[in-house]
Amino acid sequence: MGDILGLVAKRLGMGLMILLIISVIIFFMVELLPGDIAEAVLGQGATEENVRVLREQMGLNDPALFRYFEWLKGAVMLDFGRSIVTQEAVMSVIGERFRNTLFLATYAAVIAVPFAIILGVIVALLRNSVFDRVANVLTLTSISSPEFFLGYILILFFSVKWGMFPAIASLNDSMSFWELLNRTFLPALTLVLVVTAHMMRMTRAAIINLLASPYIEMAKLKGTPPWKVIVRHALPNAWAPIINVVALNLAYLITGVVLVEVVFVYPGIGQALVDAVSKRDFPVVQACCLIFAATFILLNLAADVGAILTNPRLRHPK
Amino acid sequence: MNDKKKKDVLLKIRNLKIQGYTDETWIDIIKGVDLTLHRGEVMGLIGESGAGKSTIGAAAMGYARDGTRISEDSSIEFDGMELMTATESERRGLRGKRIAYVAQSAAASFNPAHKIIDQHTEAPLQYRLKKRMEAQEDAVDLYNRLRLPNPEEIGFRYPHQVSGGQLQRAMTAMAMSCRPDLIIFDEPTTALDVTTQIEVLAAIRDIVDQFDTAALYITHDLAVVAQMADTIKVLLKGEEVEQATTKEMLANPKEEYTKSLWAVRSFKSPQRTREGRECLISVKNVDASYASGPKILDDVSFDIYEGMTVAVVGESGSGKSTAARVITGLLPPQKGEVLFKGDPFPVDYRNRNKEQLRQCQMIYQSADTALNPKVRISEIIGRPAKFYSGLTGAALKRRVDELLDLIELEPSKYYNRYPAELSGGQKQRIGIARALAAEPSFIVCDEVTSALDQLVAEGILRLLDRLQDELNLAYMFITHDLATVRSIADEVVVMQHGKVVEQGPKDEMFRPPHHPYTDLLLSSVPEMDADWLTTLLEERGLENLGEAASKKIDPGDKKVMPSDA
Repeated sequence: MGDILGLVAKRLGMGLMILLIISVIIFFMVELLPGDIAEAVLGQGATEENVRVLREQMGLNDPALFRYFEWLKGAVMLDFGRSIVTQEAVMSVIGERFRNTLFLATYAAVIAVPFAIILGVIVALLRNSVFDRVANVLTLTSISSPEFFLGYILILFFSVKWGMFPAIASLNDSMSFWELLNRTFLPALTLVLVVTAHMMRMTRAAIINLLASPYIEMAKLKGTPPWKVIVRHALPNAWAPIINVVALNLAYLITGVVLVEVVFVYPGIGQALVDAVSKRDFPVVQACCLIFAATFILLNLAADVGAILTNPRLRHPK
Repeated sequence: MNDKKKKDVLLKIRNLKIQGYTDETWIDIIKGVDLTLHRGEVMGLIGESGAGKSTIGAAAMGYARDGTRISEDSSIEFDGMELMTATESERRGLRGKRIAYVAQSAAASFNPAHKIIDQHTEAPLQYRLKKRMEAQEDAVDLYNRLRLPNPEEIGFRYPHQVSGGQLQRAMTAMAMSCRPDLIIFDEPTTALDVTTQIEVLAAIRDIVDQFDTAALYITHDLAVVAQMADTIKVLLKGEEVEQATTKEMLANPKEEYTKSLWAVRSFKSPQRTREGRECLISVKNVDASYASGPKILDDVSFDIYEGMTVAVVGESGSGKSTAARVITGLLPPQKGEVLFKGDPFPVDYRNRNKEQLRQCQMIYQSADTALNPKVRISEIIGRPAKFYSGLTGAALKRRVDELLDLIELEPSKYYNRYPAELSGGQKQRIGIARALAAEPSFIVCDEVTSALDQLVAEGILRLLDRLQDELNLAYMFITHDLATVRSIADEVVVMQHGKVVEQGPKDEMFRPPHHPYTDLLLSSVPEMDADWLTTLLEERGLENLGEAASKKIDPGDKKVMPSDA
């Protein structure tokens, strides 16, 4: 087990390094804008006086390196400064929304991951059958359709025609958990449709890839029934690639869902990011970017650890 | 063994035809083979690779391998049940329970994700023959009978934690888990070292006897099958050549093909001596290891003279290939040096100039993986000729033709082909031509014949020997096969645990007194005598086989008279 802890610590350290590099990029990209942030925020119509005041206010007269470390120090404690537009603390602008995003992503993931993997196992078992082809065509169709289109189709049927679920996923504090689930079912379902295909096809491919292995033939020649050959003998050796694809899709559920949020008017972080970009609210943009980066790194780290844990050679060294 | 009473017929195969799918068409692999096996009888199936032995073995279980199909008009009758007309689930109900299978590579055929004992108990649990605890106790009992070390504990390890020879025995135990009537052994010892092979052979023969199980023993090694089988059936290209009892077959083979198999190890290159030759490569006190791992080579020294063949023998893991990597500069040693004609060779190949690089070339074990499948033969051979000798255009073409002539492949026919269009032996010839293209003085041959059939391997050995005389080449011949050593070597270096335990001219090495390890190696090579294993077991005793025997040897021991053989 000591080896595994060492490996995990190494990956964690690397993740932190990467995050640091990204923070440098995020911070100094803004510095690369022509003029400075103050001019960019206020636009061309700004007077000298206004720009000077804003500069003062944002501390732009200090050297960039100094500001970077100030910003980084704050970021470590989740203090990303104040929004230029509303003057509120950045965290109070996006904190709530990030929680909403996490909720929706978890909701979608809890459905999509087991569904995709079970479906993947079934199509691997019934490979090249009609069921396999239909499942492939359907999941490919859903991944190829734009999310907003899928969202509107779901709204058309589930809310307008059949009236089963609300079309708008606005939230408030007084809602019960079940009400929340009901409210956010359609956006979650849209996301499920978008991410299922990728995970299912990887599960199928990873399993089929192993079917030529001698130990699979051995299992067959021991009289093991086909479903058991797949579930007991192929799947346990196929986890590493599957876990990686799952992690990528989970990251997508958090960072790539702005279209779905717009369609269902869901108060997630994607919308906050788009708002901030259009209003040139740089502290908010930087905070969102850093959170997204951290999400990706953390999920990839989890995937690496998962792949290590499912490898018997690493789990049980000689 | 041979005078077993005539018993009931267990397996009756008639007119077995199997087709394989290649190049978009179905081609006959097995062309109407008949086979009759009685209860408790062991039959050896023997032939070159491609003769269809393994396919027949799988077919005996009613199983067609991926990409093959069994013809409708074949008949496979197991204990009165016609497998061709049985349903898939009826056939599956036999597998593991009444007919079991032991595969060639236990390391690849055990699922890496599960403990050995869980794989062992899978079939008995599946068929509800035993409760889990009973099945586990039975597994421990079988491990005991197969003389596995720590039988109580070994099953609870994962396959990668157990050595190859032990895994192969564990797989035999697994095949026994439901006490089948028939076991198919598909080259069960081919992937093992000779010293390990013995313990597996002894264990298999013993357990098959104990339970009076019938067996089909598939192998390409005659000496092995002679120890195991009551009857031997010889196959060639999907057809039966002849069948007879083991004694009869050994004493009196009838068909020409069988005789050629028997005579295949007749090739013997005359032994050359160092007299009048210059020392080409000199390895001096080399220590080496990979990364920060344990020492793989420990104070290794030997010389290779020009135009001579030095065979380096030893079990897998003894450091043979690592020594070659040090000479070629792929693995810089931690201590010691390599001299070329008396001058030090840069330890890292990156620091060697073209003239130094061209001197050492390599030929690999598996030509399948050593040749780029996407590149034509002309380019595979042409590239080193261009790189080292700067040939282009017509001169390059001439050189490639010349090289193809050297390896006895017709240039006009093979110039534009891809590796996939060649047979195993032809591919290995291309590997040789590629090494020759650099015009080296020294070639490392790393197990170049172990992946080939005996007849083909003999052709390669003859070719290498001829080239050696014509081009004054020195070979470092890495092998674990002592028959190959006998036929081609001038000098022998025996390695064990990274040390050279003995070295000298071939004739001295094959004559006692030996170092005890050399003795162990020599005495472990199966001989063409049906009683060889029995005699050996009587001499050595059951506890003194394979790993156990090699552990008893002190590697620092001086040459002593063999005490137990």
